[in-house]
Amino acid sequence: MQTARSRSVSAEVALDIERVRADFPILGRTVHGQPLVYLDNAASSQKPVAVIEAVRDYYETHHANVHRGAHALSVEATEAYETARGVVAAHIGAGSPSELVFVRGATEGLNLVASAWGGANLGPGDQVVLTKMEHHSNLVPWQLLAERTGAELRFIDVTPEGELDLDDYRRLLNGRTKLVGVTNVSNGLGTINPVKEIVRLAHEAGALCLIDGAQAVPHLTVDVQDTGCDFFAFSGHKMCGPTGIGALWSRAEILNEMPPYQGGGEMISEVRLEGSTWADIPQKFEAGTPNVAGAVGLAAAIEYLQGLGMEAIEAWENEVLLYAQSRLDEVRGLHVYGPRTGRTGVFSFTYGDIHPHDLATILDQHGIAIRAGHHCNQPLMDHLGVDATARASFYLYNTPAEVDALIEGLQIAASIFGLET
Amino acid sequence: MDETQQSGRPIDRSVPSSLHQLFQEVILDHYRRPRNKSPIENATHSITLNNPLCGDVIEVVLAVENDRIANLGFGGKGCSISMASASMMTHQLMGKTLSEAAELASRFTEMLHGDQGAAEDETLGDLRALAGVSKFPVRIKCALLCWNCLDELIEPESA
Repeated sequence: MQTARSRSVSAEVALDIERVRADFPILGRTVHGQPLVYLDNAASSQKPVAVIEAVRDYYETHHANVHRGAHALSVEATEAYETARGVVAAHIGAGSPSELVFVRGATEGLNLVASAWGGANLGPGDQVVLTKMEHHSNLVPWQLLAERTGAELRFIDVTPEGELDLDDYRRLLNGRTKLVGVTNVSNGLGTINPVKEIVRLAHEAGALCLIDGAQAVPHLTVDVQDTGCDFFAFSGHKMCGPTGIGALWSRAEILNEMPPYQGGGEMISEVRLEGSTWADIPQKFEAGTPNVAGAVGLAAAIEYLQGLGMEAIEAWENEVLLYAQSRLDEVRGLHVYGPRTGRTGVFSFTYGDIHPHDLATILDQHGIAIRAGHHCNQPLMDHLGVDATARASFYLYNTPAEVDALIEGLQIAASIFGLET
Repeated sequence: MDETQQSGRPIDRSVPSSLHQLFQEVILDHYRRPRNKSPIENATHSITLNNPLCGDVIEVVLAVENDRIANLGFGGKGCSISMASASMMTHQLMGKTLSEAAELASRFTEMLHGDQGAAEDETLGDLRALAGVSKFPVRIKCALLCWNCLDELIEPESA
């Protein structure tokens, strides 16, 4: 799933960064009178014209409710929705579009697994193995489930370098382990986890394996079948798509066995006052009118990324990452968390005694958007012994010049706080 | 990597005066050398509040005798604004009656919402240095966290 980062890329597939930036209208605006330097991509990415236009075109020419119409627009909307499902499924290497459930985002996908699969398959004494670097979205649903079912949660340790301790993982696995849930890429540290190995060990122990792909799909080539995982969830808005759309993938035999997540229209086969039967997958998990425009926009985002080439995107991002690393290394008193290699462009850091919120305010006044706080990663922050960090996270449209702007912003913060530089 | 061909122009290095106002020396001084950031004896009231969005946590502890704050202290962690506000608040409230404290709290809140009269009110002492926070709406909650603690503690008393 995580492909090796290539250091160079042949000229014909290299990213034309100026053209890429021109595809994102928002990058042309100013913030507090300064050109926007958007470095909060791990929270949400910006949108290219292709996505904005696809959503607009859907609403302007095709919209109606899906899967129920006896009229032309409903047929067109259904076709647009199901075509989008095919594009998204193929992008992550799914065997069939019917194995791909549209959800609001990774959070809903993970809640769906915990609630529907976990509710039906876990009981007292069963164990779920998570990691200490999970986003709250792959932790809290399991805490809720544990309260409901009596299942026990266990957590794989994180090394001081910010990587998963695989020896600890092996120790945690046993005959009572029913599910292993792990993030593909850490939203707090950028660590790319060895998910293929993690899945293999989970299966050896007789457990299923769930991958949170929210920080992986935007940046890396993902193949769920090659990874061998059983569940894979991700969000559209972090990969140039609209907000409020994401996907959960699982294998058909698992989805078929699972009870529904929510009840309502769309997900039923027959409804009687005495009881109901369910639609086939994936509709069984899509109660209510779905986010059709979101699905269309997500498919457009994927086609946009594929048009540039995921390898070219990875290569460019890696170039910017290495440059950012080298510039951040030069800043005295700055500490970057997470591994040096095997990572994406998510830089969580602290700088002297400047609190991350103060840093974010100063950078914001210079047009530079970063995040400050615990990044929905409170247990990881506790584990690292920090209350909060500043986080600069990069995406395909960021440039070395923007790294320079960040460094200049840090120098200004240092001067305001009287730090020695 | 030829930077001349890339977007992302160099930033304007001048520091807006609003930032200088926000991070005045007196604020950084209270942040780095907080006053009364310690447990106190004979505490009668204590409360801890947090801001779940940013992770700031503040505990305020009072020793109230005959409706007067005989001693107070605070603990916790947070940004320069929240810590300086707590440090200045404890300094300013020492020895005040509960009704004086409530009055100070409402003056301070008015100042953060841009009231010029409050910003010049000498009863606020060093706290006036936080007037610049009013220009940063998202940071107002930082400055108010310790005061929210105070409200929770004295409201039932002064009501």
